[in-house]
Amino acid sequence: MSAHSTAIGVSSKRGVWGGGNEPLKASYGKLMMWFFLLSDIFTFAAFLITYLATRVTYPAYAGPAQEFVGSNEYWPIPELVFEAVPFLHGFHAPLVFVGIMTFILISSSVTMVLAVEAGHRNDRNDVVKWMLWTIVGGATFLGCQAWEWNHFIHGTDSGSVMTYVNNLGQIVTETVFGANLSVNEYGPATFAQLFFFITGFHGFHVTIGVFLLFLCFYQAAVGVYDRRGHYEMVEKIGLYWHFVDLVWVFVFTLFYLI
Amino acid sequence: MDIQQNKSTLEVTPRNNEKIKKIWKTALIMALITAAEFVMAFTMPRGILLYVLFILLTIWKAKYIMMDFMHLGDEVKPLFYSIIVPLIFLIWLLIALAKEGSDIFMMRW
Repeated sequence: MSAHSTAIGVSSKRGVWGGGNEPLKASYGKLMMWFFLLSDIFTFAAFLITYLATRVTYPAYAGPAQEFVGSNEYWPIPELVFEAVPFLHGFHAPLVFVGIMTFILISSSVTMVLAVEAGHRNDRNDVVKWMLWTIVGGATFLGCQAWEWNHFIHGTDSGSVMTYVNNLGQIVTETVFGANLSVNEYGPATFAQLFFFITGFHGFHVTIGVFLLFLCFYQAAVGVYDRRGHYEMVEKIGLYWHFVDLVWVFVFTLFYLI
Repeated sequence: MDIQQNKSTLEVTPRNNEKIKKIWKTALIMALITAAEFVMAFTMPRGILLYVLFILLTIWKAKYIMMDFMHLGDEVKPLFYSIIVPLIFLIWLLIALAKEGSDIFMMRW
């Protein structure tokens, strides 16, 4: 291990067969967190690569942007779907809102790594301060995503005319507003299905993350980690939080840019 | 719990400003990459080149998150490789399924 290592030395009270060994010079908890994250990376990678594979089976919308109409014949262009911002109804602001969301989540990752850094120094006040900022960032992101979903589900004022097979098995042509799992006004049904499933699964991870962050914040504030003698829990929950950010970076690229 | 009991018993190390500066610098680099992606989304023609660039820039950002934020580079080498090596297979999965998808496109349209 290098001189400026960030790993915390944890004196083990466990037996050798109870996780007391540290085979990779990382504590049991940290090692298991890494392997959990590795498996979760595979899960998200499978979803996201499925999105990409499905997306390239459809032609992209080719006409001029201002004449865009949703159709299940071609895949929509993200900047023409995600173009609304709260409080500015009908205002065309492509990708602005999702840009703000990305900025918030990356910022909360930065405050998290500052909390981890403070944990290495056993500085309780700094840990509590940065954990609180991270919780604020995470909760704001969740609020933004709730708004984003709400807008996606309710759709635009004009909607678009779609020919599709409805729940009764009939082929119908009608104006569709917003999105659900069987039809949406933006593009093929799989577009909304994968959007709901992947951003929903990511949002679920963020929700769990905010609970864990709060737990960690509370325990740091009341001095649990001081009595324990180390702030390794901040580091482990930090790993999970950075992972959530890592996944979002890929979700952002695949859903909002490509 | 009274205040006396809640007092810190651990020795607090002073801030290492160099480390904190490095964290903010990483954050700045990531913000700049994201900004570049935004500009590219609106200026470059859509196509395979743009998508490959997007994915490469995203992997570059992922490298910063894993190395600087998750401190994977500071772990011992066997742990580092046991996390990184399995991820290499994902790159092949990405290429294989993108190819498969575009072949389905050729059959369908």
